[in-house]
Amino acid sequence: MPAARHPGPAAPRQMRSLEFRREREATWKALEDTIATADKRGLRTLSAEQLTRLPHLYRATLSSLSVARSISLDRALTDYLENLVGRAYFVVYGTRQHLVRQLSDFVRWKLPSTVRRAKWHILVAALVTVAAATAAYQLTADDLDYYYAFAGEMAQGRTPASSTAELREGLYHTESGSGMLATFAASLFSHNSRIGILAFATGFVAGLPTLLLLFYNGLVLGAFVALFASRGLGVDLWAWMLPHGATELTAVMLCGAAGLLLAHALVFPGAHTRMDSLRERGRAAAVIVVGAVVMLFIAGLIEGVFRQTVTSVPIRFTVAAATAAWWIYYFGFVGRRRDQLEAAERAEVAR
Amino acid sequence: MTRLSVGALLRSDDPKLVREIVTPEGIPLRFTLARAGDRAAAFLLDMLLQIIVVVAIFWGLSLAVGGAASWLTALIVLLAFLLLNFYFAFFEVRWQGATPGKRQIGIRVIDARGGQLETSAVLARNLIRELEVWMPLRFLFASSLVWPDAPGWARLFAGAWAFVFLFMPVCNRDRLRVGDMIAGTRVVLHPRAVLMPDLVDEAAATPMVAAAGTRPAAAHAFSDAQLAIYGIYELQVLEGVLRTSPGDSAHVAAVRTVAEKVRNKIRYEGEVTDDERFLREFYAAQRAHLEQKMLFGQRREDKFSK
Repeated sequence: MPAARHPGPAAPRQMRSLEFRREREATWKALEDTIATADKRGLRTLSAEQLTRLPHLYRATLSSLSVARSISLDRALTDYLENLVGRAYFVVYGTRQHLVRQLSDFVRWKLPSTVRRAKWHILVAALVTVAAATAAYQLTADDLDYYYAFAGEMAQGRTPASSTAELREGLYHTESGSGMLATFAASLFSHNSRIGILAFATGFVAGLPTLLLLFYNGLVLGAFVALFASRGLGVDLWAWMLPHGATELTAVMLCGAAGLLLAHALVFPGAHTRMDSLRERGRAAAVIVVGAVVMLFIAGLIEGVFRQTVTSVPIRFTVAAATAAWWIYYFGFVGRRRDQLEAAERAEVAR
Repeated sequence: MTRLSVGALLRSDDPKLVREIVTPEGIPLRFTLARAGDRAAAFLLDMLLQIIVVVAIFWGLSLAVGGAASWLTALIVLLAFLLLNFYFAFFEVRWQGATPGKRQIGIRVIDARGGQLETSAVLARNLIRELEVWMPLRFLFASSLVWPDAPGWARLFAGAWAFVFLFMPVCNRDRLRVGDMIAGTRVVLHPRAVLMPDLVDEAAATPMVAAAGTRPAAAHAFSDAQLAIYGIYELQVLEGVLRTSPGDSAHVAAVRTVAEKVRNKIRYEGEVTDDERFLREFYAAQRAHLEQKMLFGQRREDKFSK
């Protein structure tokens, strides 16, 4: 037998892995405690000192893990470190916490910037709607019977069979009673938003349902305009529709564009893999949809409350113009400086 | 090994479900994907909670105002919409990837590439539920509202639709539902971290040996040749055996079997009075030996490697 003998009890004192564990165990325990508190009672219950130490402890433990992988064969130890770092990872790399800051970031940069980058998809959504509306308008103007085909379900008693007086009454009908108005506005909002979210989500089915929804929306619009125009109520209809329509239609275009983004990523992933492409565009689409839902809420308020209480045509047009101008400004110009900064930063990183 | 399952003594996670992500610090971390059953259970819990909240608020408010105030309906409509569409996103943003249901079950959402879990990703993966869950459900159970007089084929289509998206996570390698694909996220088990004492650490080992009261004076000694037989895999199987709960009859049986096997394999000729002690000392010597080799860049994976 060779001369080298390993006496059992003496071995521990020379083992690097054991020494390593003794040196670092306190750090791991500290991280474990901090995370346990954060998990149980939320990040905000951590003291300022714990919060500043957290990233520090996390990095130290992470480096312990990579050391342990190279020097220790104690499986329980490497498993523990792996799991501990895994738990800490959620706390350190979970979503950022400052909700208010995130919201302000979203409104002042993320949303308008994402919308600007989706401009071609928005254009397609708008073109589909306009094409459908024009076609429906032409057909209905020639033959009012088409109205039933295009806007049958949405008519709510406004059909070619209604008298002009009835149609006019529909445009200038007012409601009082805040409860009724609120309910009306809330149902409009939740119905429209659901359709909007659906237009986005069905983008996953190659975008065909999204296009159909946009097309159908355009048909109803065109048929409506044709019917009211045929009775000389064209201006009145626009005054009735545009105050909320400027916001609502924009929101619908945005949702459609979000759906088209998904479809684009799936069908034409370009240079990326389909998954990478989806991931990129899916996130952008979600941002746009959330913006659109907020817009639909505003539109619901205008439609449910303003339209039901104000009947003056000039005021209606003023509000319509003001909202349209606002959205053009918002999506066209807000956050441009930040866009440039980000672009410069990316260029810097690339270099 | 005779009747001992080696796999059970090592990690119990299904290796097919283990995914590696690389943290922003460049260190690979392994997570185990959540099973479909866990995710379904978490989803049902969350649904239950949503229903309870809506009912409770409706009830509370109607009691408070006494009767159906008309703005109450408005509030409920709004609330139901917000809950249905933003409940999941809200919690996943606030609770680092967990909702109350996910937390109960012990699963979480992570970014598939290991980066920060972005709010936009959370929104994307949850807004898509409209397509995956709510729409087919509405079609199946309330088709008269969506599409009056829907023909049979439409309902069949809706059923098939729901089926396809519902079972999507079972049909792909990464257990992704559509929302995860769009957002680039994964749902993984939330690891539990328990630090067990080091088997080599005397302080930790002594009480057990002392309790047995049979501590022999002479320690077992092993030669280099004896330690050159096994590799890392065998060492960790041995660790698993030693870590099964002591005092258990299965533990005693396993220790006896393994000790005998080891003695035969390495041709140990010394006297052994306590199998447990023998194995612990062999483990310590073997680990010291293999770790020493590892420091010099020689990883001996198992007994078959050179």
